[in-house]
Amino acid sequence: MESLRKHKGIVAPLDRAHVDTDAIIPKQFLKRIERSGFGQFLFYEWRFDEAGQPNPAFVLNQPAYKGTSILLARENFGCGSSREHAPWSLTDFGFRVIIAPSFADIFYNNCFQNGLLPLVLSEEQVQELFERTAQHEGYQLTVDVENLVIRDDFGLEYSFELDPYRQHCLVNGLDFIGLTLQHEDKIAAYEKTKLVSY
Amino acid sequence: MTSKRTMFDKIWDSHVVYQESGKPSLLYIDLHLIHEVTSPQAFEGLRLAGRSIRRPDLTVATVDHNIPTTDRSLPIADPISRQQIETLRENCQNHKITLYDLDSRNQGIVHVIGPELGLTLPGKTIVCGDSHTSTHGAFGALAFGIGTSEVEHVMATQCLPQAKPKTMEIHFKGKLPYGVTAKDVVLHLINQIGTAGATGYVVEYTGEAIRNMSMEERMTICNMSIEAGARAGMIAPDETTFSYLRGRKHAPKGEAWEKAVAAWKELVTDEGATYDARVEIDVTEIAPQVTWGTSPGMGADITQSVPDPASFASSTEQKAAELALQYMGLTAGTPMSEIAIDRVFIGSCTNSRIEDLRAAAEVVAGYQVAATVQAMVVPGSQQVKEQAEEEGLHQIFLDAGFEWREAGCSMCLGMNPDIIQPGERCASTSNRNFEGRQGRGGRTHLVSPVMAAAAAIKGHFVDIRDWKFNRKEKKHGIPS
Ligand code: SF4
Repeated sequence: MESLRKHKGIVAPLDRAHVDTDAIIPKQFLKRIERSGFGQFLFYEWRFDEAGQPNPAFVLNQPAYKGTSILLARENFGCGSSREHAPWSLTDFGFRVIIAPSFADIFYNNCFQNGLLPLVLSEEQVQELFERTAQHEGYQLTVDVENLVIRDDFGLEYSFELDPYRQHCLVNGLDFIGLTLQHEDKIAAYEKTKLVSY
Repeated sequence: MTSKRTMFDKIWDSHVVYQESGKPSLLYIDLHLIHEVTSPQAFEGLRLAGRSIRRPDLTVATVDHNIPTTDRSLPIADPISRQQIETLRENCQNHKITLYDLDSRNQGIVHVIGPELGLTLPGKTIVCGDSHTSTHGAFGALAFGIGTSEVEHVMATQCLPQAKPKTMEIHFKGKLPYGVTAKDVVLHLINQIGTAGATGYVVEYTGEAIRNMSMEERMTICNMSIEAGARAGMIAPDETTFSYLRGRKHAPKGEAWEKAVAAWKELVTDEGATYDARVEIDVTEIAPQVTWGTSPGMGADITQSVPDPASFASSTEQKAAELALQYMGLTAGTPMSEIAIDRVFIGSCTNSRIEDLRAAAEVVAGYQVAATVQAMVVPGSQQVKEQAEEEGLHQIFLDAGFEWREAGCSMCLGMNPDIIQPGERCASTSNRNFEGRQGRGGRTHLVSPVMAAAAAIKGHFVDIRDWKFNRKEKKHGIPS
């Protein structure tokens, strides 16, 4: 997994609550059997019209947000299906961090499997960031995962919380399966003594 | 560890393989269900890392999400769907995993066949690359949805590192009123606590209303736990659970069965054990539900009207309601019963079991689908379909003008050809009414099977409590 220590990038504001995984990546694009190439379908039905032409009103189609890598949204981001195609499409598009007041559980887990940081701030802090993206064209944030703070170029500094183990894995880009396999002896012992089979 | 434990605690504790402080627990997984859409990248990841599947014997596969629900003898028209199914076939063959394929009598929606085959049992840890895995919790199992990386993790290790979630008790007191079904109960619940109301929790549903429910109804409740944000939903096993499971294909037999039942009885939450949160709902106050928005929490009683966005407390919710009404093409103040529909879908892992079809058939019997409506019934599994046909339910639906299909997810998510067209309005027994869920621009209203059936006949939503049944003898109808 790709590691994430410190990241600076342009913030794209997506002013919506309950952004669900069907909106992040519609089902017609879940038929691929690869992990890559999903970025082109990200937010497809908001980004493109029925003829497949870019919708100029949608944030990611606006020139100011070209090259964006930090997404800002409202509460309960990533609700709905467990499809990991959602984080795959976000990372493939170029996002490394998503900031919202809250995330849905499965999506939150899936992000860490892909080196994508779902960053929780309070509703007031998120509101402040929305205002700053409106004020400053090309507004950027620096996300420091090692020290758990974010900063902008105008003196704003917010600290955030992250489970220390998740932080450790993200900063070091650890392979979760490899970590579990280090306990192969304990898994085998469990299977021998505790596994109930009918 | 305290001596009083919840059912969740007991199952969790007995599955911890390894625990180091400050790190997630390593949890053993008893059953891994897989399907064509969220597994190919996991198999590919294993291959690239040179890893194998640790316990193919604890892994079971089926095809459900993208398959056609029309004639199974024809080749699948969409080449990408076909490739996804063929990939699963190859993978299952190479790794010696049981696959209930398109031509199998046991094929169906993964959350319908697990219980039906007796794979889902009390006390088990069950995962699947699908959020509605929470359905299996109705049996007193700890069951939750995972992403594809975690699917790969379970394939390679039969374990998952998991941080211990918090517990919430949702207590349903009282008896269900006439015409109110399990679907209405869970829609009402989500409306009350919100779509993130149970985020971070494993929910245990308790109370008289739950005890009185059949397994099918309990599955409907647990199924939609995820729509309230919960990690999992659970219901303690009891005689209803045991009699459902007895004799099923993979359920223990003979002496093993007796031993298992004795162990399952021990799973129930100890008296005096505490949960991290508790919610109480009086079911006697619940009316048949219809959603009006683009999130399962945006629902109302059938007797109410489409709400005014300004009536919501926070500006975020006001904006969400405004966007929802715009997308749904609805005006605040319109009575729910005046909303006309174009399509009806009876199916999905929420409401496609035999009881659901029986209840819907009773409403439909002797009526005709409205001329303006296209309606379909998609049984949850081939076994459900077979049983429904034995009981003659298919004929009732066909006579009324419904389409009668083969088993699969179908129009619940429209990955196969079953989709609704832009602007079309659908009364659906599924679980998600997100924008575009059933097809780009499609408008979904979530309802119970009996409400969907009645809407198909009338062409608009109606209060099922006023329904005039044509059949005198009501065997399975709505609760009275
Ligand atoms: S029926 Fe719908 S919700 Fe259930 S597993 Fe299939 S797609 Fe998912």
